[in-house]
Amino acid sequence: EKSRRGIFSQVAALFDREEITDSTWEELEELLIAADVGVETTLMLLDVLQDRVEAERIRRPSELRKALKEELQAILDSAPNQPVEVNDGELLVMLIVGVNGVGKTTTVAKLAHKFASEGAKVVVGAADTFRAAAIDQLQIWGERAGVPVIAGAPNSDPAAVVHDALAAARSRSADVLIVDTAGRLHTKYNLMEELKKIQRVIDRNGSPAQENLLVLDATTGQNGLVQARKFAQAVHLDGVVLAKMDGTAKGGIAFAIVNEMKIPIRYLTTGEKLGDIAEFDSKDFVNALLG
Amino acid sequence: MFENLTDRLQGAFDKLTSKGKLQESDVDLALREVRIALMEADVNLKVAKQFINQIKEKISEQRALESLTPAQQIIQVVHQELVSLLGSDQCKLETASTPPTIYMLVGLQGSGKTTTAAKLALYLRKQGARPLLVAADIYRPAAIKQLQTLGGSLNIPVYSEGTSVPPENIATNAIDFAKQSSLTHVILDTAGRLHIDEAMMAELVRVRDKVSPTEILLVVDAMTGQEAVKVAEQFHNTLGVTGVIMTKLDGDARGGAALSIRAVTGVPIKMIGTGERPDAFEPLIPDRLASRILGLGDMLTLIERA
Ligand SMILES: Nc1nc2c(ncn2[C@@H]2O[C@H](COP(=O)(O)OP(=O)(O)OP(=O)(O)O)[C@@H](O)[C@H]2O)c(=O)[nH]1
Ligand SMILES: Nc1nc2c(ncn2[C@@H]2O[C@H](COP(=O)(O)OP(=O)(O)OP(=O)(O)O)[C@@H](O)[C@H]2O)c(=O)[nH]1
Ligand SMILES: [Mg+2]
Ligand SMILES: [Mg+2]
Repeated sequence: EKSRRGIFSQVAALFDREEITDSTWEELEELLIAADVGVETTLMLLDVLQDRVEAERIRRPSELRKALKEELQAILDSAPNQPVEVNDGELLVMLIVGVNGVGKTTTVAKLAHKFASEGAKVVVGAADTFRAAAIDQLQIWGERAGVPVIAGAPNSDPAAVVHDALAAARSRSADVLIVDTAGRLHTKYNLMEELKKIQRVIDRNGSPAQENLLVLDATTGQNGLVQARKFAQAVHLDGVVLAKMDGTAKGGIAFAIVNEMKIPIRYLTTGEKLGDIAEFDSKDFVNALLG
Repeated sequence: MFENLTDRLQGAFDKLTSKGKLQESDVDLALREVRIALMEADVNLKVAKQFINQIKEKISEQRALESLTPAQQIIQVVHQELVSLLGSDQCKLETASTPPTIYMLVGLQGSGKTTTAAKLALYLRKQGARPLLVAADIYRPAAIKQLQTLGGSLNIPVYSEGTSVPPENIATNAIDFAKQSSLTHVILDTAGRLHIDEAMMAELVRVRDKVSPTEILLVVDAMTGQEAVKVAEQFHNTLGVTGVIMTKLDGDARGGAALSIRAVTGVPIKMIGTGERPDAFEPLIPDRLASRILGLGDMLTLIERA
């Protein structure tokens, strides 16, 4: 499994020592920061662990390792991941959002492929009408995944495309409609308003079941948390997709996001092929982090 | 949580009893805050530590100064050092002695290479050049179409040969074409790739060896976290990167990755991307980026406040 790399070879050394010293704590702090967990979440984790070391009379670094794993796991499980459910005869609309270049369009394709190969009837909506050749890109993916792509003209109103895609999905009695949106920085007022408008179009269409996913690049640093906060203010978020986990980044920002926002991580993506997506498993993730 | 370094330092100094000359312990307290600010800006941990040590020396040299309040004094030293680390003056893009000048854009997936290629072409044309865009990404769906669309909207020629010719051949042919058409600059848009993908990295080496680019420009997303150093080192060690272009600085990411990359590889940040439109592109001003990394506004207002 690509995401399960023994990333922290240093951690092993850290926990192999005889006793817990000041430098154990210092190195632990550094390891978490180096994984993009962030200063605040790291300090919180260290506080909790230091309390536990006292209360439980933990002496050995190996026990500390176990405690760290438990605490990391506890953060992720504070918003447990559940598989996205597709129910027969009920349209599920998935809206895929995120900042520029994180992997939204590719994730749309992977999800379409996944649900289609599980037997669902899938339609994809091309609501990125802004970026050059975004529609062409999604159409190529649609062909590869064998699912229809509903698109409008370049630079047309994305909300109108979503409206059409909803109608198409209904008329084809599709089970899932997956909507690709343009990359947008959360700081851009107009683009965030555009997202709200798309959400309103979906809501007005007989309020189908919904799953809004924020795609985050695994190499993202501390800005990831701001992204999650701001997107959650524009549309409700049901989960996060941590993309590009096949690189060397650890995606530690996930801990900060789950900790603060209680939004589960739904999927990891691990490559540029249709099959490179996996349901998020908190245990695997923590194990991968700690090697 | 404090949003910027000034507040952080002020908070730290408020706790001090003596407000006079800085004591060693005051400096340590302040530098702890600086370190946290740097890491929250995604400056690499090791780089942040080295930087703090450097600052510490500078500050002890300057502790004799009593004209400034402690917060000001420390912020100024930190800011100055940051600016000099980022490169105190702007780095221009190199031009080949005999045209065409060749710029090769490389980087991770989605960092902004294709968009930057178009921006760079427009930027050069505004300076009187006749650029050619080259579609050397044969993998990403519709990558060629993306570049053609951008080129078309700017009226800049795009050279492509489809998706079945190896990128190094496309690049070589494109340069011949540029020479025949008396074009002055060739901008190679390559496919995004992971720094650890050996086969894909080898492809870039083949392109480089065939065309000997004037500049190899690493395109980096300003939102990148602690991995930036590893990525930059790998691209640099494999290819010999000559400049960095940092994209997506129109958001609110602090962009500490820039500092890390500069510190670790020595490669200068040459240009920045500040939007999706082709004209959202400008040379880096180290002074501004330093303030941004530290979470400071304008330095002048700062001095007034302190
Ligand atoms: N290595 C790797 N690359 C990925 C992964 N997912 C997507 N990519 C690549 O990342 C780049 C950007 O992916 P897109 O799906 O176009 O990203 P996007 O968020 O739709 O981008 P915009 O629409 O421009 O905002 C492409 O080169 C993809 O092939 C992944 O899991 N791993
Ligand atoms: N806001 C903002 N978006 C940018 C900037 N530069 C690029 N983008 C966006 O980032 C996304 C990815 O840009 P691309 O140029 O396709 O990136 P790439 O590196 O060519 O991607 P691959 O070829 O898939 O590796 C697109 O949505 C661009 O519009 C920038 O400076 N600011
Ligand atoms: Mg897209
Ligand atoms: Mg590209």
